[in-house]
Amino acid sequence: MTGHQHATDVAIGHDLLDAAGGAPTGSSEVVVDAQHVDKWFGKLHVLQDVSLQVKRQEVVVVLGPSGSGKTTFIRCVNHLEKIQGGRIFVNGHLIGYRDVAGKLIEDKEANIAKQRQEIGMVFQRFNLFPHKTALENIIEAPTQVRGMSKDEALEVGNALLQRVGLAAKADSYPAQLSGGQQQRVAIARALAMKPALMLFDEPTSALDPEMIGEVLEVMKELAREGMTMIVVTHEMGFAREVADRVVMMDEGRVIEEGTPEHFFNNPTEERTKTFLAKIL
Amino acid sequence: MGFQMKEFLDFTFTWREVLIAALTTTILMAVLAQLLGVVLGLLAALGGRSRNMVIKGVSGLYVWFFRGTPVLVQIVLLYYGLPSLLGFDPFPKQYGNLPELIGGAFLAATLALGINEGAYMSEIIRAGILSVDSGQAEAAKSLGMTPGKTMSRIILPQALRVIVPPLGNEFNNMLKTTSLASVVGVTELLLLAENRFGGTFRPFEPLIGICVYYLLLTTLWGLVQGRLEKKLGAGLNRNEEAGFWARLLTTSRGAPHSGGVR
Ligand SMILES: Nc1ncnc2c1ncn2[C@@H]1O[C@H](COP(=O)(O)OP(=O)(O)OP(=O)(O)O)[C@@H](O)[C@H]1O
Ligand SMILES: [Mg+2]
Repeated sequence: MTGHQHATDVAIGHDLLDAAGGAPTGSSEVVVDAQHVDKWFGKLHVLQDVSLQVKRQEVVVVLGPSGSGKTTFIRCVNHLEKIQGGRIFVNGHLIGYRDVAGKLIEDKEANIAKQRQEIGMVFQRFNLFPHKTALENIIEAPTQVRGMSKDEALEVGNALLQRVGLAAKADSYPAQLSGGQQQRVAIARALAMKPALMLFDEPTSALDPEMIGEVLEVMKELAREGMTMIVVTHEMGFAREVADRVVMMDEGRVIEEGTPEHFFNNPTEERTKTFLAKIL
Repeated sequence: MGFQMKEFLDFTFTWREVLIAALTTTILMAVLAQLLGVVLGLLAALGGRSRNMVIKGVSGLYVWFFRGTPVLVQIVLLYYGLPSLLGFDPFPKQYGNLPELIGGAFLAATLALGINEGAYMSEIIRAGILSVDSGQAEAAKSLGMTPGKTMSRIILPQALRVIVPPLGNEFNNMLKTTSLASVVGVTELLLLAENRFGGTFRPFEPLIGICVYYLLLTTLWGLVQGRLEKKLGAGLNRNEEAGFWARLLTTSRGAPHSGGVR
């Protein structure tokens, strides 16, 4: 690779999910079922009786002021955070715990790791592995976790890079990529595990403005292809255009939930109105 | 009285069997003890992070004891103390038909130095692990990687950058600390010199002679260390970072250059 080629503009258009090996099927079953989740950080009751259901192929955007618990909530969905009450099911599996006579006992690390294979996560700060190239970042988990052969993983990895418009950057290290490019690699890395659900925590808020579009474009494409997604974002255009449902959180609670139309045209809650007024 | 140049040159530069054996002993002991130290240090560092309270406790106790007592005492304790505790001597003069150089005293001293070193390496490795951004472990976990895979494939390779410089200093120290093994009768450089002046009653010349060898060893190691650290790329500039891994794994300059810089 001599890198004479410039990264093309995001030219996706086709199946991101095909690149990862096929879209999930089915339509109406529940993928995420969070029931009455309670979480404390010490004395701080960060999540208070939070319930949320996400159906297959649904895109849910989570809004809310800083500190309202959005990040904490989606980190609970793949058990990066413990919960103290309630249950979270993904694809029918209780996440992170065993239910022993109504009490939650934390599961073994190996079992939790297995559950996480089905749940992709994209972080605000990308968190690419800096000692691995873009392509190596993508094939790491398929080969190490799924036991996929290196050849097959490379094929999947290259296809995914192509889909996110970064075929020319396969051999680049993260430090050689722009923020937008890094985030697109991070999305491809998560997709390589063929997750049933993707979690996004403000995926564009660490990006320079001119790079936000390219990442949102990839996410929109993913949504069109039927990926089930929970997206924490302040990108209202994305919410309007892509979300099936918008959820408003404040002080650790879900205070309002509805279609984008409902949300942006006539929200009922006073706090929602104040929040939207501030950010729109 | 005075400095006898002939005796100095004779002791230092007459290439003879005892000198070669003593040099070999010093180098071999330092390398083996350091390797043992790295392995034990890694175990103790990982043990210290364990959810299991017993493993955590044992790791803590190990580091506390071996950092808190003199290494010379530890050597003597192992060599003289262990046989009396066990009721048999695990450190005989010679093991079967192994070379005499690798006898019981050598083994005891090497073990003691390595176990002691492990306590210090544990702290160094711990700091290395802590230096890696927590987002790295979270990303690995979110991909379904187990804690073991996360550590070995994601965290430790990145921690190396922080671990290698102090590790180099530790080995420099180790090269010199091997001289303590002379007290249990390991004929490394110091005992070689002592044996010499036991007969000649001229301690100054052979002692300066072994200093020449210590300086030679530590200087050579310093050169190796410098190259190693350069490869690990102390600077975090974009392009250096890019070749970081490639440069660690290849010896030549101009390691494969990857990708285009935007
Ligand atoms: N590890 C932690 N320990 C203690 N408190 C925490 C921790 N992580 C988050 N918090 C607190 O929990 C609350 C919710 O944080 P969270 O990050 O979930 O909010 P958020 O809605 O994602 O906010 P933002 O929009 O700023 O990202 C905040 O008050 C925060 O300070
Ligand atoms: Mg947040």
